[in-house]
Amino acid sequence: MSELEVDPYSIPLEDINVSDANLFLNNSHWAYFERLRKEDPVHYCKESMFGPFWSITKFNDIMEMEKDHESFSSEGGITLADRAEDFQTVNFISLDPPRHDVQRMAVTGVVAPLNLAKLEPIIRSRATKILDELPIGEEFDWVDQVSIELTTQMLATLFDFPFEERRKLTYWSDMATSGELAGGPTPEPVRRAALLECLEVFTHLWNERVNKDPNEAFDLITMMAHNPDTQNLDPMEYLGNLILLIVGGNDTTRNSISGGVYFMNQFPDQFDKVRADLSLIPKMVPEIIRYQTPLAYMRRRATRDIEFRGKQIKKDDKIAMWYVSGNRDEEVIDNPDQFIIDRDKPRHHLSFGFGIHRCMGNRLAEMQLRIVWEEILKRFKRIEVVREPLRVQSSFVKGYADMPVILHAN
Amino acid sequence: MPQVKFIEFNGTKHDIAVDDGQTIMEAATSNLVPGIDADCGGECSCATCHVLISADWQTKLSPRSDTEESMLDLNPDRTDESRLSCQIVMSDSLDGIVVNLPEFQY
Repeated sequence: MSELEVDPYSIPLEDINVSDANLFLNNSHWAYFERLRKEDPVHYCKESMFGPFWSITKFNDIMEMEKDHESFSSEGGITLADRAEDFQTVNFISLDPPRHDVQRMAVTGVVAPLNLAKLEPIIRSRATKILDELPIGEEFDWVDQVSIELTTQMLATLFDFPFEERRKLTYWSDMATSGELAGGPTPEPVRRAALLECLEVFTHLWNERVNKDPNEAFDLITMMAHNPDTQNLDPMEYLGNLILLIVGGNDTTRNSISGGVYFMNQFPDQFDKVRADLSLIPKMVPEIIRYQTPLAYMRRRATRDIEFRGKQIKKDDKIAMWYVSGNRDEEVIDNPDQFIIDRDKPRHHLSFGFGIHRCMGNRLAEMQLRIVWEEILKRFKRIEVVREPLRVQSSFVKGYADMPVILHAN
Repeated sequence: MPQVKFIEFNGTKHDIAVDDGQTIMEAATSNLVPGIDADCGGECSCATCHVLISADWQTKLSPRSDTEESMLDLNPDRTDESRLSCQIVMSDSLDGIVVNLPEFQY
């Protein structure tokens, strides 16, 4: 433990605040969650930059809360940061039924199994091109050249976004999640300007796509423009749903691609295992997603006074369901702190959530990871991480800002 | 022991003997019948244990709960025959039930 890190057992339980972005920047949050799971699984933090909030840290408690969306609503937002009154983007992850169901159903088609099958060869040819152009034997940043590049290209396809402008999608996604109001480095005016630019560009695309034949298109904007349930969204709702899909499909997949590389370095025997048996890739992928937990938590609001595990939660209390903690709960997952690519029931993890808000992109994410690893294993016998990666300063987005690597070819 | 007849989308049949009290989902996953994912482990919260059961067999089943309905609603392929197999508990009265597996889980 470095001098900068505080031992969570040395401070009073009630002073523990796991929403501190620095814990995640320094990768020192693990022992905090361990203590909470053991000593106070439904924990009240009375003071934080987000105000007071509850932390739910055990797998089964999180599952129970996910299922009870009537008592624990996502309306008002799914991050601990409250939205500014005058700049509210609404999207279906933070809506209750019936509006939630209506808006989700309008876009679900883009990730339907048949659409995924169409997207697979596109993703594979992109992964192939990216991996083939990487330098061998010389250091480069995996995050920028592979994780971001691949994920951004995928997102551009889903929106049929102008390909040469695709890095704007990354920019807008990063702006959406790095705001200073959430403990990140981006000043609010900068964030707002970026999101308004995003709205402007997508409004222009909407106006183009309204006249397209929906049967010829598979992109999200055409779908939304032609579905009666989303045709009349007001601009902030449209922006909100775009941000949801851009963020949902962006840094999560990006950080899982980077995470997998990092874990193979920490657990080289697992890399050997998959190299010796490529049929393990489909089990390895969900284990990467569990182990990374690209979104550390999701927030809920109590809709009434309710007792939960003996604690009295009050109406309108803010609650964080810490997926990052539940995914390491040894009562549900064997050897949870070990990265084991052939575990039983590898999809039994919290990273995509559960219940009505369960991530609709989960199969697309898994497909991207599967293809990337299939192509990596055809080419490289080692992806050497040469220095500790820089992590993202966020208690929400759990990821890597850079990851310097050197490739060794087969 | 009551039997379940699983029929995969491609027509392959599996006749499985099930313990009284096991769910149809558990019967599939513990016997490695392909086509059911059951990501949430039987908590009615992922809709990846989706199966199709004909109307006449459905009359013998307990009706769908609100939770089951709302999870099934997430699947655009759902029909009147859709059920979540983690919510169907086997018993002798269901002996011989035919369970069709969809082409995909979402």
